Amino acid sequence: MTIRHHLSDQLLIGYAAGQLPEAFNLVVATHVSLCDECRARLGSFDAVGGTLLEEADEIAMGEDALARALDRIEGLPQATRSEPLKLAGIFPAPLADYIGGDLSSVRWRKVGGGVKQAILPTASDATVRLLFIPAGMAVPDHGHRGMELTLVLQGAFADENDRFDRGDIEIADEDVEHTPMALAGQDCICLAATDAPLRFRGLIPRLAQPLLRI
Amino acid sequence: MFHKITRWVPNRITLRSAYGTAAKKVSCQFSYTHLLREVCQTKLTHSLDLLPRHATSLQSDPTAGRWRRSCMMLDATDTVMTEQALPLLPLGLASGMALRQKRVGSLATTDETDLAALLLQVRDHQDKAAFAQLFRHFAPRVKAFLMKSGAGAALAEECAQDVMATLWQKAHLFDPARAGVATWVYTIARNRRIDALRKARRAEPEELDWGPEPEPDQAEVLEAQEETERLGRALAALPAPQRTLIERAFYGDLSHSEIAAETGLPLGTIKSRIRLALDKLRHQMG
Repeated sequence: MTIRHHLSDQLLIGYAAGQLPEAFNLVVATHVSLCDECRARLGSFDAVGGTLLEEADEIAMGEDALARALDRIEGLPQATRSEPLKLAGIFPAPLADYIGGDLSSVRWRKVGGGVKQAILPTASDATVRLLFIPAGMAVPDHGHRGMELTLVLQGAFADENDRFDRGDIEIADEDVEHTPMALAGQDCICLAATDAPLRFRGLIPRLAQPLLRI
Repeated sequence: MFHKITRWVPNRITLRSAYGTAAKKVSCQFSYTHLLREVCQTKLTHSLDLLPRHATSLQSDPTAGRWRRSCMMLDATDTVMTEQALPLLPLGLASGMALRQKRVGSLATTDETDLAALLLQVRDHQDKAAFAQLFRHFAPRVKAFLMKSGAGAALAEECAQDVMATLWQKAHLFDPARAGVATWVYTIARNRRIDALRKARRAEPEELDWGPEPEPDQAEVLEAQEETERLGRALAALPAPQRTLIERAFYGDLSHSEIAAETGLPLGTIKSRIRLALDKLRHQMG
């Protein structure tokens, strides 16, 4: 699997710094699970955090702090190497963890035209959902107020600009107006996060938007 | 143009550039950072005396001049690294090995090799004395990091306790060939901060199955440490506004959309090294 569309430095730094909304964290962690290139880049940004910590001014701990810490680790078992979480079907571990299982555990809601979605519970500063788009079907034409991340988990989609396969992430901001279309052959499943409501151009989707929570 | 140096941090200066890449010299390098640290902490009084006494002259070393120049670069109005110190410093290079073994005076054992060794002691032998040293080094830094991120003193103190307990519990996840100790502790502290301040869940990437832990490859460990040092140096050398931006991003002072994509830091080698390790792993698995 060759991933062609990667996370931006900005998102990776935001993730390394712990500054992303929860919904974005999930998309970033899911992409990194699939993409060694971004995993390595993330490692380099984590190292920046490590360097800042190392060079941070110190603020003295309370007098009995060390004694308390030693008390606390007394009898605290050291975890042994745990079995790493594994891919659950098409879902990398962090996503499977949010969903509580594999594809069969997703509680889809119909959006119309065969499109389905499942909104995942996160803090409200951004939202994240799974989208199911039947092969060959278009996602309603929309622009963006904030930033939208779309990660392909199965199948592929293409918009006016490019093509996105499994593992690829599309980062769209306010400048992007596009009509993504699931490619023929396989139904497309994506993980999509946005920090602002989407802005649909057609009247009907716009009216339906509050009901659909998209 | 340089950010102020108020506290000497080992690894901010590395002597590696002066030495070329000779790994056998590396223990000199590390003990020497102890001395430099001491030099700064004691405002040049105590440790500078030590240097000439233990020194074997390196004046003939053609790399010494290069190293001295890199010291000059660190000069800043409020740094204790002064002109007076510069000519003396290279003298101490050769004495590193001896000083390391002697653990001169009150030198804190806090450079990267020592930190890694301490953490491996915790990992492999549940060594509480080693834990105590790591605690002394990291707990006040984690506390400061959390307070800069907006936590009150009491919360920061509690969270620093939690972070150190997690260090004890998860020591088995530490691998000195893949990340520096500070980086590893940073990720624990960052996650604790997200729990404490934002009360949000944080998704973590799938853990890779690196298989049974072999003894870490010393060359890889050294390379990782060298990169850490280089990064520290580069961070110190950034123009103040740029460094401030990075600090603000990591201390949680910028929203994700305000974070600049360009750090100005040389992160390519770190990325490449991790990438190589991942490629190797995939190859083994595949």
